[in-house]
Amino acid sequence: MSILLDGSTKVIVQGITGREGSFHTEQMQALGTKVVGGTSPGKGGTSHLGVPVFNSVADAVKATGATASGIFVPAPFAADAIMEAAAGGITLIVCISEGIPIQDMIRVKDFLQGYPQARLLGANCPGLLVPGQAKIGIIPQRITMPGHIGLVSRSGTLTYEVASALSARGMGQSTIVGIGGDPVLGLTFSDVVQLFEKDADTTHLVLIGEIGGSDEEHAADLLARGSRLKTVAFISGRTAPEGKRMGHAGAIISGNHGTAKSKEEAFKRAGVVVAETTDDIVGLLR
Amino acid sequence: MKLLEYQAKEVLSSLGIAVPPGAVARTPDEAAAAYARLGPVAVKAQVPVGGRGKAGGIKLAQTAEEARAAAQQIIGMDIKGFRVPLVYCETALDIAREIYVGFTVDRDARANVLLLSAKGGMDIESVAEESPEAIARLHPNPWRGPLDFELNRLAFDADLGELVRPLSAVIKKLYRAIPDYDALTAEINPLVVTRSGDVIAGDAKLEIDDNAAWRHRDLEEKYGSVIEGDPYEVEAKKRGLTYVSLDGEIGIIGNGAGLCMSTLDLVQRAGGRPANFCDIGGGAKAEVVENALAVILMNPRVTGVIINVFGGITRGDEVAKGIVTARDNLQMKLPLVVRLSGTNEEEGRAILKQHGIEPGVNAWASAQKIVELTRAGART
Repeated sequence: MSILLDGSTKVIVQGITGREGSFHTEQMQALGTKVVGGTSPGKGGTSHLGVPVFNSVADAVKATGATASGIFVPAPFAADAIMEAAAGGITLIVCISEGIPIQDMIRVKDFLQGYPQARLLGANCPGLLVPGQAKIGIIPQRITMPGHIGLVSRSGTLTYEVASALSARGMGQSTIVGIGGDPVLGLTFSDVVQLFEKDADTTHLVLIGEIGGSDEEHAADLLARGSRLKTVAFISGRTAPEGKRMGHAGAIISGNHGTAKSKEEAFKRAGVVVAETTDDIVGLLR
Repeated sequence: MKLLEYQAKEVLSSLGIAVPPGAVARTPDEAAAAYARLGPVAVKAQVPVGGRGKAGGIKLAQTAEEARAAAQQIIGMDIKGFRVPLVYCETALDIAREIYVGFTVDRDARANVLLLSAKGGMDIESVAEESPEAIARLHPNPWRGPLDFELNRLAFDADLGELVRPLSAVIKKLYRAIPDYDALTAEINPLVVTRSGDVIAGDAKLEIDDNAAWRHRDLEEKYGSVIEGDPYEVEAKKRGLTYVSLDGEIGIIGNGAGLCMSTLDLVQRAGGRPANFCDIGGGAKAEVVENALAVILMNPRVTGVIINVFGGITRGDEVAKGIVTARDNLQMKLPLVVRLSGTNEEEGRAILKQHGIEPGVNAWASAQKIVELTRAGART
């Protein structure tokens, strides 16, 4: 079992003919993801990487019955692509695109309220991967293995780092979810934790947060109310100064809000083990 | 991009909001000339941070000589790490009352929030702490903006009911900064009501989303070059790097924001102090590594560099070759520790070793190693 995605999920790729879209579609296919088509306005009717290309998401959904989409279009077009996916009937929208203006995302979040069945992951995220079955996004499958640890993170490379360390020690993962580093996001830590909580195949949880906002604190509150998962949390950015944006648009401390300390303390209060370094996570899970 | 006060006021004025008469001065003579035109003025340091009044960056001038002297003192001053490039000389207002009005992004609500308070002139964070009930809030719909009845209710909530008409007019104009300029913060504090009943922006803050810079090239061209930032950050921006200056001595390069931040944390934990944050993104191409190293080595405080690269799809041996080339091209003599993992990591480490670069076993060991090497003043 897994959350959000599995080997039978029908997936389309928005921006499938682009450089990034093409490269990662091939990677997704190599893992076994059921990619049933893609979109590229003006290229409808052609085929690419062995799947049909459509002019719009609505056309693609009608022809293929796809329920999930991966978005690989440049930032200026990404907000529209997310709304197109929701309006076209997609229920899992994974937006990889980086650098989307925050006001665009605020409008997207409002728009999505009209499509309660549509879940958005990202933007500016590595996507999600179910080891041995399927992925939408850019997480490298080589570093993953099937198992029972749920992994949820704001950061791409830290996710890879931890997944790789777990796999090297034979500790497999149920689903790996990168929620992204932007301040206005789709699925939150709390949303993903709730999904893992309901997934019988997930017994352990690794949560990798970072400075900025209060999503980690909200997830800690949720876990404090009772959880069947053995959870280890890690927060990056302890040394980041106030007011400086550390790469991710969301990784910024203002006043006393969003510091690594407040997040770590929230997890400790919830009875969650907090790892000092990513190297410690594996040992703490055992 | 955080605009300076005079720039923010130019933008607000273009949106139809009243601002006091004022003039920019880059020299003491220009400040004296501004006095000649405007009469008594406040001479204000132009820096993209708050707290300039406390730092001595605002002086009142009753004569041309006082204006000249104030500019002489303020221009070139350092306020919270920013050198003051120029001052703004502005006519003093005849203040009857001060109001706070501002839009900002409410991360938890995933929406913009409009804040209105009768307690203007104070830092809004202090008001929020001391008397949260004094701030009225509204989350306007992001497609249509605030509506009349919403603003009406907001004004009464803030105990500003008698000013509902002029306030609604100003707020609707200020809101345009969001759709028209991708403002993340658009704040007027204080919004001054003068004794004659005029409503004028006493100070203004405007922060434009860097992710939306492509929609506002004109703003960047007009205002971007005036704001004097950290020289390494300026150089890094030219080279297309994600770079933040910090005040330590160990240079940090990582791929991915999270990995880079956790590398800073490890260096600090090992007893060192990071000189910067530098995320070179996926791929870790030789050219990008060289650009990053070049910027870091510009800083004379740097005594050593740690590179932490996780190669998901990138090959470790190629990354290693790129690092060796970059070091040789830059004739780098300082200690360098490289932590590589991913495909072909063994080959990558062998290449580093052959060329006299310390390959770290893991991230923590690498952080300890660079701290040890820089302490010993060793040369690799």
